[in-house]
Parts: sequence; C-alpha cells; structure tokens
Amino acid sequence: MADRPTVGVVEAVATKALEELDAVGDAEALERWRVSYLGRRGELTAILRGIGTLPPEARRQVGAAANAAKARVDEAMAARKREFSREVTPALLAEDSIDVTLPGRPVPTGRLHPTTQTVREICRIFASMGFDAVEGPEVEWDRYNFEMLNIPKHHPARDMFNTFWVDYPDRNGEQSVLLRTHTSPMQARIMEDTRPPVRVVVPGKCYRYEATDATHEWQLTQVEGLAVDDGITFADLKGTLYEFARQIFGEERRVRFRCDYFPFVEPGVDVAIDCFSCGGAGCRTCGRTGWIEIMGAGMVHPNVLKGVGYDPAVYTGFAFGMGVERIAMLKHGIEDIRHFYANDLRFLKQF
Amino acid sequence: MKAPLSWITQYVPVDLPPQEVAHRLTMAGNEVDDITVTGDWDRERVVVGRVLEVKRHPNADRLTIPTVELGDGKTAAVVCGAPNVAAGQKVAFAHEGARLFSARSGRVEALRPANIRGVVSSGMVCSEIELGLGDDHGGILVLDDDAPVGTPLADYLGDAVLDMNVTPNRPDCLSIMGIAREVAALTGREAVEPDSSYLESEVPIEDVVDIEVVDTDLCRRYTASLVTGVSIGPSPKWLQDALIKADQRPINNVVDVTNYVMLEYGQPLHAFDFDKVKDAKIVVRRARAGERLLTLDGEDRALVPPMLTIADSSDAIGLAGVIGGAETQMTEATTAVLLESANFDAVNTRRTGAALRLSTGASYRFERGLRAELAPLALRRATKLILEVAGGQAAKGIVDVYPGEEEPPAITLTRERIRKVLGIDPDVSETAGALKSLGFAVVEPVGGAVAVKVPYWRTDVAIEDDLVEELARIRGYDSIPTTAITTAIPHHSPQPMLDMKDRMRDVLAAAGMCEMISYSLTSPGELDGAAALGNGPEPLMIANPMSGEQSCLRTSLRAGVLSCLASNLRVSRNEGVRTFEIGRVYIPRGKSAEYGLPEEREMLVGVMAGPREPVSWGTRSGDMDFYDAKGVLESALAQIRLEAAFEKDTDPSLHPGRTARVSSGSVALGVVGEVHPSVLERFGIEDAAVALFEIDVESLLESSQEAGGYSPPNRYPQSSRDLALTLPASVPSAAVQALLERHKLIARSIPFDVYSGAELPPGKKSISYRVVFQSEKGTLTAEQINNAQRDLLRRLRQELGAELRGADS
Ligand SMILES: [Zn+2]
Repeated sequence: MADRPTVGVVEAVATKALEELDAVGDAEALERWRVSYLGRRGELTAILRGIGTLPPEARRQVGAAANAAKARVDEAMAARKREFSREVTPALLAEDSIDVTLPGRPVPTGRLHPTTQTVREICRIFASMGFDAVEGPEVEWDRYNFEMLNIPKHHPARDMFNTFWVDYPDRNGEQSVLLRTHTSPMQARIMEDTRPPVRVVVPGKCYRYEATDATHEWQLTQVEGLAVDDGITFADLKGTLYEFARQIFGEERRVRFRCDYFPFVEPGVDVAIDCFSCGGAGCRTCGRTGWIEIMGAGMVHPNVLKGVGYDPAVYTGFAFGMGVERIAMLKHGIEDIRHFYANDLRFLKQF
Repeated sequence: MKAPLSWITQYVPVDLPPQEVAHRLTMAGNEVDDITVTGDWDRERVVVGRVLEVKRHPNADRLTIPTVELGDGKTAAVVCGAPNVAAGQKVAFAHEGARLFSARSGRVEALRPANIRGVVSSGMVCSEIELGLGDDHGGILVLDDDAPVGTPLADYLGDAVLDMNVTPNRPDCLSIMGIAREVAALTGREAVEPDSSYLESEVPIEDVVDIEVVDTDLCRRYTASLVTGVSIGPSPKWLQDALIKADQRPINNVVDVTNYVMLEYGQPLHAFDFDKVKDAKIVVRRARAGERLLTLDGEDRALVPPMLTIADSSDAIGLAGVIGGAETQMTEATTAVLLESANFDAVNTRRTGAALRLSTGASYRFERGLRAELAPLALRRATKLILEVAGGQAAKGIVDVYPGEEEPPAITLTRERIRKVLGIDPDVSETAGALKSLGFAVVEPVGGAVAVKVPYWRTDVAIEDDLVEELARIRGYDSIPTTAITTAIPHHSPQPMLDMKDRMRDVLAAAGMCEMISYSLTSPGELDGAAALGNGPEPLMIANPMSGEQSCLRTSLRAGVLSCLASNLRVSRNEGVRTFEIGRVYIPRGKSAEYGLPEEREMLVGVMAGPREPVSWGTRSGDMDFYDAKGVLESALAQIRLEAAFEKDTDPSLHPGRTARVSSGSVALGVVGEVHPSVLERFGIEDAAVALFEIDVESLLESSQEAGGYSPPNRYPQSSRDLALTLPASVPSAAVQALLERHKLIARSIPFDVYSGAELPPGKKSISYRVVFQSEKGTLTAEQINNAQRDLLRRLRQELGAELRGADS
C-alpha cells in the first residue's frame, strides 16, 4: 500500500478526481474514471482501506474527511452518469430496438364455462342480498321432486315436468327415483333441515325428458332461490327479483311480474324483462310480445310449508327458479342452447 | 285452447281491441300465446252489400254486371265472373283501393279499376280467396241474410282467435265460458250463461232409460238426456265455423254439438246411439279382466280394472271420460241419441289415458278435475242444441244419478292474511268486489274478513291463499309495491365443497385450461370405451332413455372429457387443447332404491394434448405429455397448500409406463397419466399423446390445508451447487430429492437436466440436480457446504447407488 493517508492526501485526491470527472466526455470515459478512483484498486478506495491502519486519533480525522470526500465524489459521479444516460440512451437503445408488432410469447389462456360464469354472477347478486349458496342431489326421490312440492302422483301438473326415471325400483317395484326436473326439491330439503329464517340460492343441473331444439336442452342448469321467515311478503319478492333483474341485465331494463301457475307457490309469478332486441315493440327474440320471460317465482305454497313442519300461519316466504343457460343466452345473444354442451372450444373461448 | 273472440262475445260484451284483451288475460295468469286475426279488412273499403240486379256483360258470355246496394242510398255496378251471383244475395263488396289477395299474383294488392272487355269496373264482389278466408274458387262469398248492408265486413265477419296457454290448475279456462268469465272480471263486465231451455215431450226419461252407477267412487255424478227422432247430417255453418276456429274438426251435427258444448262449458259429453244400447240400460262400472272395446278411433283395446267403462246390459260401450265405443257411435242411421254428461274421477281418468297412451279433449279436462255441478248444465245446453240442429223430441226430464251431493267450498279471507302474504292492505269492499267479479258468492263481508262460496267452475280455489292470489291478479301484480326484505339475514353456513370446486376452476383456468360441461347421461359403451366400465361400478340405467347414447348415468367423467378433446383436436391442429370438467359421477349404493339414492361424487378430470405452445416465432417446444398434466396438477394443488406425492402405478385407461397415483399423506387424491393408446383409438384420437388427470374433489377437502401460520423469510444467503448424478434407472428421482432434502443444510433440490444418452452404461440414467444450501443460523462457509456435499454423495452412493457423473469427483 502507498503512503499513509492524511487529510491533505484525501483532499488532493478528491480534488483531482473531481477535476478529471469534469473532463470526462462520454460513458466509456466515465467508466474508466470510476475504475481509477473508485474501483477495487482505485485511488480513493485505497485511501479508505488504509484508514484502518492509522492510529485512533488520525483514524477519526482522516476517516471523517475520507467519507465526506467519497460522498462528494459519488454524488458528482451520479450527476455525470445521469447526464450521460440522458445524452447517450437514444442512440445506444436505437440499436437495440425490436419489432413490437410481433406477438408476445404465448401464455395459454383458460376460460370458465359460460354457464359457470353466469351461475357465479347470479349467486353473487343474491349473496349481496343475504342468500347463501347450497347444492343438492341431482338424482332425486319422486317425493322431493314432486310430492313435497304439492304435486301428488297423477297430478296433471306433472305434465309440466317431463321426467327421466331411473331404473331403480323401490320395494313395491315402482319407480320412485328420477333425475330432478328442477332445483326446487331443495326447497323441501333445506326447510326440513333448518328452522327459519331461510335465505338460500341453489345452483345445479336439472334434466327434462324433452326433444332438443334451439331453446330446449334435456340437460340444463338452474338456480333456485328461497327466502322464508315471519314477515316476508309478495312485495319483498317483487323488490328482490326486480333488483336482481336490473343488476344482471342492466339498470335500464323494465321488469314485468304477471300471474302464472306453479303448483308449489301461491300466488305464482312469471318474471319478464322488456325485450332489449326490440325495446318492447315485439320481435322474434321475444315471440312478438315485447317481453322475455326470465324466471318463475311465487309465494311458497302453504302445503309445502306444512309438509316440512313450518307453520304457514307464522311463516311466509318466496321461491324462484331460473334457467342459467337461458340467462346466459340473453346476456350474450347466444341463439342456440345446444352450444352449451357441445363443448366446442371455439365457442367456450369467447366468454 | 283456441278461443275466438266472436264466441267469447256471446257471453260477455267486449269493447276493447283483441290485443288489450289478450294483455289483460296474460297478466292475470291466462297467457295468450298468440292472436290470429281473421278478416282484418279495410273498414272503409270492404263492406256488406246486397245485390239489387244482375245484368249480362255486353261482350262476354261468362261475365255479369251486378248492381250492389251499399247503404245510404249508394250503389255500384261492377263486372263479375262468378257463376253464383244472384239478385237478393248479401255479399262482400270491395271498393277501389281495398287491399285484397290476388290469386293471379299470389300477393295482397290494392284493388285497381279495370277495363274488362270494354266495361270499366271499379270495385269487386269478393270470393273467399280475395278475403283470405279460404280457397273456394266456386264463386262469390254469399253472406247470411241477416248481414247488415253498409256495415264494414270486418265488423260482421272478422274475428280474432286467442291461442291460450291454459295452466293445469284452470280447467275452467279450457272453455269459452270460463275465458268469458275471466274477461268479464278483468273488464268490469258481467258474463251471462247461454240459453239451455227447450221443450220436452210427455214421455219421462225414466220410463225409457235405465241407468245404474255401480262404481260411485269413480263416477260421482251421471246425467243423461234422450232425444228421439233426430236426423244425423252435417252441422249448420255457424256451428262448423265455431268448431273450425277453435281447432275442432266438424263431424256430424250431434257429435259437433257435444264438442261445441265441451268447448263452451268445459264439460265433456258423449252421445250414444240409443238403439244400439242393449236393453236400454247403462251401467257405469269398472272394466272386467279380459274385457275389450273397439273405440271410436278404430283401435281394439284391452281394458283392465280399474279403468271405468260405460256398459250396456252386457258389454262395455265406452271408456268413461276418455273415448267412446265404435259400436254405439252416431251414424247416418241413428235416430235416437242418449246424451251423457257425467263427472268422472280425475286420477282414474289420467291413469287410464296414460295406460292406453291416449289423451282426448275429454280426458284432458276430466284429469284436471271438474265439479259435479257442471254436468247437468252442459247436458241441458247440449240437448237444446241437438234439438235445434238435428231435430227430434227430448224425453221429459233428465236422469241424474248423484249420490253424494257436494257443498261448494266456503273460505274466509282476512285482511291480516292479505297483509301478511301480499304486503298490502286493501279495504274489505275492494277485496269483496274483486272476488265477486270472479263469480265468488260473498257471504258476509264483516269485520276485516270476507267469507265466500267458491263458484262451481273454480276447482283450483281451496284455501285462503288461493283467494289472496285471486285478489292480487285481479288488482294486477303491478299494483303491489316493491320492497326489500327487512327480516334478519340468516347465519352464514360455510359450503366447503362449493368453495373448493370454484377454487379449482379458477386455478385450472389460470393455468390455461378451458372448462367444459358434458352430459351426465352416457352409454355403457362410451363408458367402456374410456375403460371406466368393467373396472368400476355398474352404472344406473335410465328407465325411459331418449336414445341409446344417453341410457345411463355416468360413473366417470373420462369419456365425456375425452370425446370433447377428440372433437376439438380435429378442428385445432395448430394449437394444443387443454380442457377440464368438474362434475358429478353417480355411484349406486346397491341394486335397488331400497339402498337409497346413489352417491353423487364430485370429480375433476383434466386432459391436454397437442403442441405445448401454439406455433410462434419465439418458441419451439414440443407436444404436451405426462409432465404437463402433472405440472398443472401440482400447481393447482399448491394453490390449496397441498403437497402431493406421485407414485408409479397403473390404471386401465392409462399408459402402463406413464401413470402415477396421486396422494397426500394417507389420502388418495387421484391419478395422472397418459391415456392408453387403445383408449385413444376408441375415441378416434390419432398421433397425439393425451395427458389426463383425475381427482376426487372430496379428497381435496379432506387433505387441503387452510392458510396457517407463517415463517419469516430466511435472511441468510443461499448457495447452490449442481450435482450431475448417474443412477440406476429404477431409482425414482423423488427418492434422490427426498434424500437430499432430508439434510438440514439443504433448502431444496431441483432436477434440472435429465440425460439418457448412449454413453451411459446400460440400466443407468443421469439426472442433474441444483442443490440449494441454506442455514437458518448464519451464512454458510465454503467448508460447511463442501462437508455437507461430501456427506450427501456418500449417502447417495450407499442408499441409492448414485454416483457423481465424471470419474474424478
Ligand atoms: Zn323483442
């Protein structure tokens, strides 16, 4: 190592370094300058290293001076560096330019099925109104799918639900097991298992023994809803479903409630929105009525409440059920329900 | 149900346009699917006229020039080509400019003046064709004599047929009368019943006819009348027209009357040729075993108890409430008609129809439930009409077998109930008024309650809440406010399975996989194709499948996912296909329903095949294989903090050398592997390796870890060493990693190169590991690392037979 550093030496080296720094003309020269002063064998580095060998008194003095000098030099270097980078960057980087129009390196993109996405949106809206989501069996007893819903055996309303029967006869040799035709059996199952208040939505698959066409599939997804308590009214049904319809289809939609019949509700309701294709004037989408039906609903029938041991004089409630694919078709303008289970990725990847 | 407005207006005046009537009916629960307007003619230009005289055309033998009176002293003379035009006829006259159907052009066109063989004609006497009423070329349409001259034809002949979608609870609306009553209630009018009065002869019916109801449980009321001296023939035009508009084919006058009254009142009727009824005796009884009946539709049917028959002294002559017998049907020779109007049991009628696969207008109505009060009303009405259109004399009185007379149900509707169910509080007089308008007899509107008797036609109203609905629908649902639920929100109950499925969907989609949903029904053949049968449980069969391809409940998702993959690979050759499904498989618990419903097990199956990355300038990677599937699976499992172990295994669907069982601790999670070539062949997949994983979602719930505590990041530096090892081919890499990571100074090990070149000795493979050293106690020195490495190499050699590649190490 060279001479023992003194405050004077420190100052001299720093001054020289700063003068030379001023003279540096480009980034390369700056790098050379940096090596000669601040590199591993640089002059300033050597001084700083040498401080440790000084007697304590000198070490303090020289150390303070050296650290101050180092800070000055570092700062000046950083300033020059910024200067050069401003000047030099455009030229240097121009050589490194690329064709930004080439596609990026591919990352596989996955998708959720439109039915899943729609179920989630429906459940999210109802969750915001206090409805929990639950699921139930798809292979169901006649008892839950029909009888507990006020549809006894041989009731003509059974014609509304074309049924797949499972070849799984009971003790009497009768078919009592079926593929549920709607998610409504969960109304009875949930109420059997819980005391009021009840507020749930039930997403799930259903099956109808029906020929397939552009608007009918034999397999479909429904979301059922049920709210039961002391103090739930038809006005609440309207308010809740009105809110839902506008959240899912847009604030500008009008919502129509009309009387309809489902054996497990009384009064029964058909909920429709004004046709967004024609604005209510009537067109092919809405079957010339100006309205598009989106779900069935109603106040839970007292017989259903009695059947699960709820006192209909105390508890009232409403139920509703909607076809998820139908909602998705309306939202996305899908013309044929058969796309949903054809599983063509060219369809699925659009959602 | 087709309901012509012209028919409805016979019972209730309608001064609203058909669209408005349809709208009100629809809102009140009787949906009008469609309105067919007939005779939508220009009211100014198409009117009723009367032919005053008919002159010959001066230049053409086959043309005439009728002069037509048009009211208000106006007349018009036009050229006419019809052979049947004659003075005194009422006709449909079209002025110039009227839009009519032109047989020549096949389009609707405005009528223009024409010079026909030298005579200028500006107007036309119309035939059915121009008016769009039919295709009768024969001549002009001749109207009835009562047609008022000068009236717009649309008012006289026009009609609107409402196509009603009647719900199963409203058999009353399967009748014009029922619809008229609805219209009355919805328009503030009153409906009147049709005239049923007729003259009777001196002979009491009991003297001629003997009727016995044996099975009163299935026939609560049986009424009958007798008309003798009828002549069977075609019905008059008004009757035929009414039936045609209502979609019923005219047959002969007596049968047409029974159909007309069924449509009018909703009560099915049946006419027997009385002379063919043996011993003039009718017995209503269950069918006997082995009994047969040739029915009106020409089928020879085997009857079985408890089907209800109408029999004479020896044989069944009709199937009660469903269809009549051929033997006693109306023929041209019939002169005496025994007319039946009865009340048959709904369930038995439905079962009979179902057993015979036969649904008729009669069975459709009976199975929806009719009240016994209706039977005699319809009987008298039909008797009157038969006398009118077929002549003859009615016997005195009717037979009425009605052992257990029913009281109409009485119900009380309270203000409290209305408030509780609807959330509104109308006053009692409004409630009473609404119910009255529907025909409910209001007994005593006292206090806050309205007590009513249900009218005979409303079989659907049985409890207080039914009246609540009546009130709501007559007021209109629009009049009920919209409010938010104010009761307490129930406690949230966690749904771990729903959450887990949603989580896996998100994770797999984020890993580049597309979700698919396939059918839950499949065929044993398809399941077998995916080698899921034979090795798994017997699937549950569908008793009434729509096709063989959908004849059983799936016991595996593999078949559905593979056929989806196959069809997508066919259309997407340049891109890989990655798809997954989360859905249920259905595993029976036993041979019959006594074992309970099947287990519905939530499964997750993912498949991938084709190029790992789409064709791109920046990449050149190959096709997806086992390790792609395993990678996605590992990453998905890592998301739920689940460390899975993979062990070599076999599976009937999968390649025997490329299959791993996946487990976590003691819980089996599923399998990952490449699909067996013979399975691929069954699904028509060629030249592609298909990697598949299948996971039991329930098992994920058992073994996944919720986020627990955390450990602070290790602040001491890591150092890495690369070890290229040569080891026996039979040693799984996982064993090497397990050995390395047991060492306390090793944070982890990563196999980064796998080599199986020719210069390796037989039975050996070579894998390079990057070994990351790190201590929680301080920075490791080179010496510590060297010692650790030496120690590790010794153990690798001793325990696994692994050597550092290159002799000198
Ligand atoms: Zn529309």
